[in-house]
Amino acid sequence: MSKYYLGVDLGSTTSKAVIINENDEIIGRGITNTRANYSVAADIARDEALYNARFSVLKKNLDFEIKSRPEYKKYIDDLENVFQYEQFKVRLDRLGEELVKTCKSFFKDEETQEKMLIHLRNIRRSFKPKIKHDYIYNSLGSKNQFFRDIVSEKYNEEVNKLDSSLFEPLMTVWDKSITPAENEVVTFDFKTLVREAMEVLKEKYDKLPERAENISIESDSTFDAEMYLLKGDFKNVSESLRERIDEVAELEFNIANMTGTGYGRALLPFPESCIRSEILCHAFGAHAVFPDTRTVLDIGGQDTKAIQVDKYGLVTSFQMNDRCAAGCGRYLGYIADEMSISLNELGPMAMKAEKEVTICSTCTVFAGAELRELTNVGEKKEDILGGLHKAIIMRAMSLIARSGGVFNEFTFTGGVARNQAVIKYLTQLVRENYGEGIKINIHTDSIFMGALGGAMFARRNLDIALPSAKKAKLEVSAKV
Amino acid sequence: MAEIKEAVKEKSMVIQKEMLADLFTELSTAKENGKKVVYTFVPGNLTELILAMDMLPVYPEINALQSGMRKKSGSYIKDAEKVGFSEDVCTYVKCDIGMMLNGNIGPTGEKLPPPDMLLLSYTGCFTFMKWFENLERLYPGVEIAMLHTPYQEDGKITDDQVKYMIKQLTDDVIPKMEKVAGKKLDYDRLSKMLENSAKAEDLWVKVLQSAKSTPSPIDAYFAGVYYMGPMNTAFRGTEKAVEYYQELLNEITERQQLGLHPVTPEGEMKEERFRLVVEGPPNWTNFREFWKIFYDMGAVIVASTYTKVGGLYDQGFRHDPDKPLESLAKYCMGCYTNLNLPQRVDLLEYYIKEYKADGFLINSIKSCNSFSAGQLLMMREVEQRCGIPVGFIESDLVDPRYFSYANIKNRLESYFQMLGQRKVIMEQEVNAD
Repeated sequence: MSKYYLGVDLGSTTSKAVIINENDEIIGRGITNTRANYSVAADIARDEALYNARFSVLKKNLDFEIKSRPEYKKYIDDLENVFQYEQFKVRLDRLGEELVKTCKSFFKDEETQEKMLIHLRNIRRSFKPKIKHDYIYNSLGSKNQFFRDIVSEKYNEEVNKLDSSLFEPLMTVWDKSITPAENEVVTFDFKTLVREAMEVLKEKYDKLPERAENISIESDSTFDAEMYLLKGDFKNVSESLRERIDEVAELEFNIANMTGTGYGRALLPFPESCIRSEILCHAFGAHAVFPDTRTVLDIGGQDTKAIQVDKYGLVTSFQMNDRCAAGCGRYLGYIADEMSISLNELGPMAMKAEKEVTICSTCTVFAGAELRELTNVGEKKEDILGGLHKAIIMRAMSLIARSGGVFNEFTFTGGVARNQAVIKYLTQLVRENYGEGIKINIHTDSIFMGALGGAMFARRNLDIALPSAKKAKLEVSAKV
Repeated sequence: MAEIKEAVKEKSMVIQKEMLADLFTELSTAKENGKKVVYTFVPGNLTELILAMDMLPVYPEINALQSGMRKKSGSYIKDAEKVGFSEDVCTYVKCDIGMMLNGNIGPTGEKLPPPDMLLLSYTGCFTFMKWFENLERLYPGVEIAMLHTPYQEDGKITDDQVKYMIKQLTDDVIPKMEKVAGKKLDYDRLSKMLENSAKAEDLWVKVLQSAKSTPSPIDAYFAGVYYMGPMNTAFRGTEKAVEYYQELLNEITERQQLGLHPVTPEGEMKEERFRLVVEGPPNWTNFREFWKIFYDMGAVIVASTYTKVGGLYDQGFRHDPDKPLESLAKYCMGCYTNLNLPQRVDLLEYYIKEYKADGFLINSIKSCNSFSAGQLLMMREVEQRCGIPVGFIESDLVDPRYFSYANIKNRLESYFQMLGQRKVIMEQEVNAD
């Protein structure tokens, strides 16, 4: 049986899980927001990684067929999106129950209670189809795809449409309900859920108009050539994949070993020998993907780490922000809130900067105040954001210098590495300070580097931490 | 058998405890007994001179660290800030001033006498000067003597520097001390004391060097700060100090012969996983928690520079009864914080190699510029020369607001895991060869 290895990175903002196979290849990724109950966050990330791994295995098994039939891939990708929606739906129902419960206990007066329940029903009724559509047509965009963020945004939208006197009671009910709903473990049966997803997918393709001549490629963003390719042969594809899907649904995932890392690692329900520092994991992950890396910068929610690694991917020294987390991921989150835009809009907006307004990066709260002041004196939002992004990198540069500088290949990891403006200033400043020739690596999986490193340690752990076990294993294989 | 050993182990601790208790009682009754009190600092201290003139020394930074360990420094610092000391001022200073503002109650609960003299014998730390300027304001009219100790900028002590120091001693410091003491310095008595100093120093060096063996029988940092107490403060030059170090050495030698690990507040360590050299003072407010992170991970400090602030005896220096003033001068100029950065790096390299260390760690003190300046540079240099993993953490001496347990633990855990991995890989490399 194939062996798999799990790495869970419990960060201050997001929890990530990665599953790798015996060749260190990532076959499953899962991510969710870190919440009050760390263990739930870790479980959700792990389950997501496991579901994702089944879809990866499915694609791998069909590798040969997919080459000649791209519609297979389309079907699987679509199925995975719908599958996610199916999970989402279950959680949404749970939240619905919680909202009703809160409403009943919070509003003692029956008339108010009834009134609020009607509003809650209406709110849910109006946003549920929208979310379904977003999932099924894969139009959630680059927004955070965590349950809490998606539902919260839609709920807010609906509440804002109502009379302002309803805002406070409805938001109170929300605040009291989302946390328990989010902290509850919901277990899914993959097979049942994937079957349901197949039905929903069928419904989607049934409803699709036949390749309509009046759809203009330019004007309709939902037009998707692959989708119509699949549409033409949906029944066939669906039937021929059914058996293969059942196969992976029944596949038993043998997680041979695991590693927990990240800020909350000590709270993970893992044995102590399976807990490892995120500094080591990020470095190991980054080094595995880019073996010539000697310097790793990781900007996470509350930590910025400048790490030097050797040829084995082992850390030789590291520097972290001390005492203050200004300039980390949360700094950006705070700024986004201050500007009333989403975190994902920050980078693109900062990319439009024509200049960088100088902003102090020593304190997040002061930066917020500075932001308002600068707006008042007429500085453009884009230029202020340009300055803020540059400020983060200026701080990181100081840590890099403290850790020993950049000599060779440089890899940037962590959630913040998804921000284009951060990448722009980092590239600029690293090259200015350490030479134009420095190779800078940023991987699409940068946010998963810690979890990847963890999984890789888990795979090696058997060999590394227990030399006697290695010996025993060798003897066994020799006998075989 | 085990019980007897336990009792033997504690004998040196009992002796030290008695020594301290006697000193603080003597201090609390100094005024009634007509004893003069000299406030002075640990680095470059002239304890033998003070004792030879029958005066009693008080070390403000020791009081501050004691206040830190007894969880009193937080409120003392707050009181000092209330009267105008800024957040950035050395926390030893603020803790000391705060203690004085609160009645100058010492670590044993007995009142400390006000100073009859402020003797500044080490100027490598500029803050010391400012500290005494402030004490002068608190005790107007107090006698002040300042011995300007030249920094080893060129990495050596020159004859001219020694002459300069001796001249200051004979022309200014000693006459002022004689005036306060009301008696002339008895050079024979001073020589006798310096003879005792040298004896204790020999023993102390052997204690420190016991950490060269594997496993090390001592933790040369966390326990080292206790061991160094009598040597660095009021007891150098006394018979009692010789007795203490002899006893301590006997105990440690026994431990060494039995292959025992260092003793911690939670009993004897069970294994030695990592041997470290540490630069910088420890944090005092959370000393036990700080130490625990190390011994829980099996990390033993085999050499530290902090235990050398009161003198670098393991590099050969001894007080010399035949050349009393010259050796006092050389002593002042030779303490660790008076070395230039290349000398400090050389010393660290020597410790790492000589004590077979697996790693080098710096605890950088936020409010201590004289110790912390240049540490990053030193770290990088040590890393390049020795090729061992280096670690850097930050805390403070006695300001509890600056000790972040979670952050320090996180960094240290990462560091120890880093050392652990390296060991495994290195062993595999060796085996592969």
